[in-house]
Amino acid sequence: MARIIVVTSGKGGVGKTTTSAAIAMGLAKRGHKTAVIDFDVGLRNLDLIMGCERRVVYDFINVINGEASLNQALIRDKNCSQLYILPASQTRDKDALTLEGVGRVLDELSKDFKYIVCDSPAGIEKGANLALYYADDAFVVTNPEVSSVRDSDRMLGILASKSRRAERNEEPIREYLLLTRYDPNRVKSGEMLGLEDVQDILSLQLLGIIPESKSVLSASNAGIPVILDEKSEAGQAYEDVVARYLGEDRPHRFIDDKRGFFRKLFGGRL
Amino acid sequence: MLNPSSVLEFKSTTFFTPILVLNSNDMAAIELSLQEKINLAPDFFRHSPLVIDVRELNKAELDFSITEIVEMLRRIGLFPIGLRGGTEQQNSQAQKLSIPIDAGRDHDNGGVAQQSSGAGGATAADTKTSSTEIADATPADSKTAAATASTADLSVQSVVPTTFAKSMLVTQPVRSGQRIYAHGDLVVMSQVSAGAEIMAEGNIHVYNTLRGRALAGVQGNTSARIFCLDLQAELVSIAGDYKTSEHIIKEMQKKPVQIYLQDHALIINEIA
Repeated sequence: MARIIVVTSGKGGVGKTTTSAAIAMGLAKRGHKTAVIDFDVGLRNLDLIMGCERRVVYDFINVINGEASLNQALIRDKNCSQLYILPASQTRDKDALTLEGVGRVLDELSKDFKYIVCDSPAGIEKGANLALYYADDAFVVTNPEVSSVRDSDRMLGILASKSRRAERNEEPIREYLLLTRYDPNRVKSGEMLGLEDVQDILSLQLLGIIPESKSVLSASNAGIPVILDEKSEAGQAYEDVVARYLGEDRPHRFIDDKRGFFRKLFGGRL
Repeated sequence: MLNPSSVLEFKSTTFFTPILVLNSNDMAAIELSLQEKINLAPDFFRHSPLVIDVRELNKAELDFSITEIVEMLRRIGLFPIGLRGGTEQQNSQAQKLSIPIDAGRDHDNGGVAQQSSGAGGATAADTKTSSTEIADATPADSKTAAATASTADLSVQSVVPTTFAKSMLVTQPVRSGQRIYAHGDLVVMSQVSAGAEIMAEGNIHVYNTLRGRALAGVQGNTSARIFCLDLQAELVSIAGDYKTSEHIIKEMQKKPVQIYLQDHALIINEIA
């Protein structure tokens, strides 16, 4: 049985797709057969971030409608043979997704894959609800600013009440916090919420802090998940996230300003 | 023109009222004894509504007139609003005086009677000679408490006129966008996020940070209260009277507080 992970946030532009691509790649690189699904029907992005946009023939909706088989629609990643991408349809909208259809696809994937990463669209409408419905774990991606924190809080409420686990009264979805686009210098100057402020409101298990980094944008443009950029802070931070998710104990980094970070980095590594 | 549907609305509410249990048919003695009690706590009894309980009188087959009792009570400034334990004849007498009949609560009355004899314990003699017995359900009122303390034969009991709703316990965080409604009291062990709404017909207890909206006594119970360990609420309301965070004074923000209603004003007190 696969573990189904939803990457969600409520708010748009906080880094859901970047995170989905990075953690899916991280899990696959460690040898776990992983599928990543784009639930953002109509605003297909994941294929760009994964650099497979030229190879899309069939999509998620085709599979749901029975117009293509899963094997026809799944795209094998060019960097990692354990990673497969199921792209969204760009020509349809969220109404093309159905609860049964999504359930069927996830069931079929579960037979063959270890992890299924669901990249949720923004908002709290159908696409987002279906992306989280079958989830076992949720990565809540939050930026250190008030509207993102509130939207994440709203999402957590939905995770706790509208998922299959909630409806069946099973063990609740495991919720993890991913604080992205974090800039310690701006936190220090009071322009950005600090980790403590965010945790005060959300009180979630922190899986990692992804520092604001130019490498994220360049990785997106190049179509290579940022986790593969091992020199970048964001890449290392995602690597930590995957390790922590899999149970490794790694101290949090990138919380303090640069000097602190280098001291910690070299102190920890050398 | 007003929309016809907005002219009036029906609401359901639960309220507490003293019950006057009569043990004697001696009108002069009752009046004297009542007057004494009113003198002890004039503010509490002024224009107080009352339910008359004549079950004991009927049990002892004493002769009395409902009209006489009602007139006497009105004379000394009380408002009888109901009759309990009357015979058919007494009930029709009461109805002629526009006094509603409280029927079908025999088990309740039994409970009260038992409690009163138990509470009377040490002062059994007093209870017997006393012609009136006041049962009231506002022990929170300090004046009544003072009155009780000074008179041995005045026994105070809680009488809940309707069956009470169970309290509701929430242990999960109440997240933004979630709403919780409790028919009785609501106890929340986790935080209540901004954008969340918790409502209760009774009291609200939040043993954590309250950031969302909290509405207690939503069916009109003005004695409902809100308690929380860390007040950062967007809005607090009791029985429809509310304050937004803008109007909650700074000194009370982020403090453990209780919130209650006094003369239609929300009072916020720090719990030391």
